[in-house]
Amino acid sequence: MITLSNVRKSYNSEVSIGPVDLQIPAGGITALVGPNGAGKSTLLTMIGRLLGLDEGTIEIGGYDVTTTKSKDLAKIVSILRQENHYVTRLTVRQLVGFGRFPYSKGRLTVADEEVISRYIDFLDLRALENRYLDQLSGGQRQRAYVAMVLCQETDYVLLDEPLNNLDMRHSVQMMQHLHKAARELGRTIIIVLHDINFACHYGDRICAVKDGRIAEFGTPEEIMTDDLLTRVFETPVECINGPRGRLACFY
Amino acid sequence: MLEPTVSSPGITPAAAAGDPAPRRGAGAFPTRRARRRYILILGVLALAAVAFAFGLLAWKNPMPVGSAGFWRIAELRVTNVTVMAIVAFCQAMATVSFQTVTNNRIITPSIMGFESLYVAVQTSTVYFLGATGLVAFAGTQQFLLQVALMVGFALVLYGWLLSGKYGNMQVMLLVGIIIGGGLGSVSTFMQRLLTPSEFDLLSARLFGSVTNADASYLPYAIPICLAAGGALWLNARRLNLVSLGRDSTVNLGLNHRFETIKVLFFVSILMAISTALVGPMTFLGFLVATLAYQFADTYDHRLVFPMAFLTGFVVLTGAYFVMNHIFYAQGVVSIIIELVGGSVFLYVILRKGRL
Amino acid sequence: MTPGSTALAEPAPPAGRKLFNWKLLLGVIGVAGLLGLSLLTGVYDVFGADDGDQMFAITRIPRTVALVLAGAAMAMSGLVMQLLTQNRFVEPTTTGTTEWAGLGLLLVLIVFPSASIMERMAGAIIAAFVGTMVFFLFLRRVSLRSSLIVPIVGIMLGAVVGSVSTFIALQTDMLQSLGVWFAGSFTSVLRGQYEVLWIVALVAVAVFLVADRLTVAGLGEDIATNVGLNYNRIILLGTGLIAVATGVVTVVVGNLPFLGLIVPNIVSMFRGDDLRSNLPWVCLLGIAIVTVCDLIARTLIMPFEIPVSVILGIIGAVVFIYLLLRQRRRA
Repeated sequence: MITLSNVRKSYNSEVSIGPVDLQIPAGGITALVGPNGAGKSTLLTMIGRLLGLDEGTIEIGGYDVTTTKSKDLAKIVSILRQENHYVTRLTVRQLVGFGRFPYSKGRLTVADEEVISRYIDFLDLRALENRYLDQLSGGQRQRAYVAMVLCQETDYVLLDEPLNNLDMRHSVQMMQHLHKAARELGRTIIIVLHDINFACHYGDRICAVKDGRIAEFGTPEEIMTDDLLTRVFETPVECINGPRGRLACFY
Repeated sequence: MLEPTVSSPGITPAAAAGDPAPRRGAGAFPTRRARRRYILILGVLALAAVAFAFGLLAWKNPMPVGSAGFWRIAELRVTNVTVMAIVAFCQAMATVSFQTVTNNRIITPSIMGFESLYVAVQTSTVYFLGATGLVAFAGTQQFLLQVALMVGFALVLYGWLLSGKYGNMQVMLLVGIIIGGGLGSVSTFMQRLLTPSEFDLLSARLFGSVTNADASYLPYAIPICLAAGGALWLNARRLNLVSLGRDSTVNLGLNHRFETIKVLFFVSILMAISTALVGPMTFLGFLVATLAYQFADTYDHRLVFPMAFLTGFVVLTGAYFVMNHIFYAQGVVSIIIELVGGSVFLYVILRKGRL
Repeated sequence: MTPGSTALAEPAPPAGRKLFNWKLLLGVIGVAGLLGLSLLTGVYDVFGADDGDQMFAITRIPRTVALVLAGAAMAMSGLVMQLLTQNRFVEPTTTGTTEWAGLGLLLVLIVFPSASIMERMAGAIIAAFVGTMVFFLFLRRVSLRSSLIVPIVGIMLGAVVGSVSTFIALQTDMLQSLGVWFAGSFTSVLRGQYEVLWIVALVAVAVFLVADRLTVAGLGEDIATNVGLNYNRIILLGTGLIAVATGVVTVVVGNLPFLGLIVPNIVSMFRGDDLRSNLPWVCLLGIAIVTVCDLIARTLIMPFEIPVSVILGIIGAVVFIYLLLRQRRRA
């Protein structure tokens, strides 16, 4: 379980977060949605301890992120941000291998290599594993990054807009992979999404963020109502029943 | 690339041929071919290093090789070759590590005020103490004093600009460069007021040259270098991770700020030794690191470091050998290296890329 | 929130904000006062001595005019560079332009030792133009994560060009003279030698006329083309203005470090980013800072003089560092 209590952060003059109190249960996929600048990514990076808090506490699985040693947290929670560019040239496999750093400290054992292979195969990257990242398409590269954070084998996985810049096919593939990771590997995945319909279909819980606070938190069924979405996104939304669940229409 | 199921044009399956089920590993090289290439280049560089070093020691040595007289003359030249090795070691280790922690492949630690400080110290010595002062201001004490000054300057800078809530690497770099520029303009002013003969004496010290070094510095320089270099070597695996940037480093459980400051501390020691030993060599480190990345083509610092060191040694000894014995223009060696390094810099910044 | 650049806010001229008002008038009076002080400062007793009025006309007036022209021109060319690159930390000293101008000057003097001042200037201007284009080319090819990388690379580029100059000067025994040329100083500004500096007045006027277009070009080729401007022509024009200002000032006066950087930044700190109404202030403040530095340079070790570039280098460095720390807090 991830617990945020009374979390505040004033991030330059425009964005300020909090106070946020939130409990995200373990297991499944929790989608963070909300308008631009609502503070979804800021919240996620604070949970992933990449950004400090001004006030309050965040606990992941009982460990306080500000006081627990970073190397111990690296075995509990992993985070992938939106922009990832490295000055070093790395192959897919080398990148995924870095996910083992918390365990191996850079000295990969045979067991580590097996784990790496497992996650490369899990994300269908086997044929690409010796390619350099700059030789991949955007969708393939995004899969490689996700493979790296999964390879970290943490119970909690935080992803900041992993569908950004992906086309429809790659977006669906990515969400299916994440769904599988949650179901088969028992990971708790917190993901920032822009598309409410993706959040509804693949999410087990949706957390709507607005103006730096939690506007709503609940199951997709609870969140997918006309009034609620219209209020959160400040644009008229109608929810209809599609062939596979609720759909939000906002065009 | 060598996955049997993938057929990529232009890639010969030679490397995989004798190995039907390619070993899957996330090591430093994706293929055996890359590993062979690395070993080959390293071998060629090692041979060149030995050849140039021997050339510098033995060329135009009037005594027959192996005789007692030969060794006596060679001994006199050993100091120079040793100094080249130290400078190559310092510049290579420092620049590679510095580029990794700053996450920037086009900067060199020497612009961070080390050289301006050196120039300012040398210039003000002449300015205030005169030519005799400069001559007297030699020996191990001044050497160690300069090293201490430079390291102290670097530590003050890091402590001021990298720690605290607003610690920012880019701001630290730029402030270092600007302070260096300010020191430079003060030095230039003092140089204007020198008599031409004083200036001539000074200008010999303002250009990097292995002849600036005194053999008596070596007993201090070598252990300090080895200690700082060894510390970086022990940090190599962490550096591999730091090269992925702050977010990935923190995510994978390292304290990014601590790692950065630790590495920068060792970098400042190495740069201080190199500068105090031979004077400014602004683009040698840049040249060496850029070439080493091309040669090594791996993320693993434990493999980049030796490549960079050997490259630096070959560049220095090669340049001195060619300039000493072919063009008879020893005085301009460092400037030639600077010009080549500068041209490589121009080429690198005009390539498409991301910084 | 992409960390692309510390973009100068697009000039949104608020309706009715006049170019001239009483504050500007006060500013003009203040600068005029400084210039008057500059006219009256010096070792020679221009009022007592017999040939005082002659000396006044030969040295004091030219020197003061040169302060006005050089100060305004360097401040303006800094502004032009900042508009074109949309980066606050760019100006001729942080892009290598000054070093290129010096290299051009050096080459002309080596090839034609008896070159006239016009020929020397031509060399400096051409080299400054080439150098600025190299820098712009770099900016167009590389995508940046931080706006602070730009001055870092620019200063390194300047160091490369500077080392080429040093090498050439060393080979031709001109090293110490090179230092003298590079150090900006108004000491040698005399009647009959400084008049070419009037060329830079044209640069200042031109900037007034094309400032808005430069801003649009700074937003990128796509946006400029979209609003119907010929991007490449504006870049060439802007580079030309910078090159002329830097080249002429380098030949006549020398290097004036950081002036183009600190002036536009201070002006926008106090007045916001309204480009059009800021222009006269940039001119005025440029003149004021150069004049104050020159006064300090003249009086500090009287009867000798310190090159103004040393004073400006120190003051400029301090202000630059202050600006950096200020941005760090906000970023």
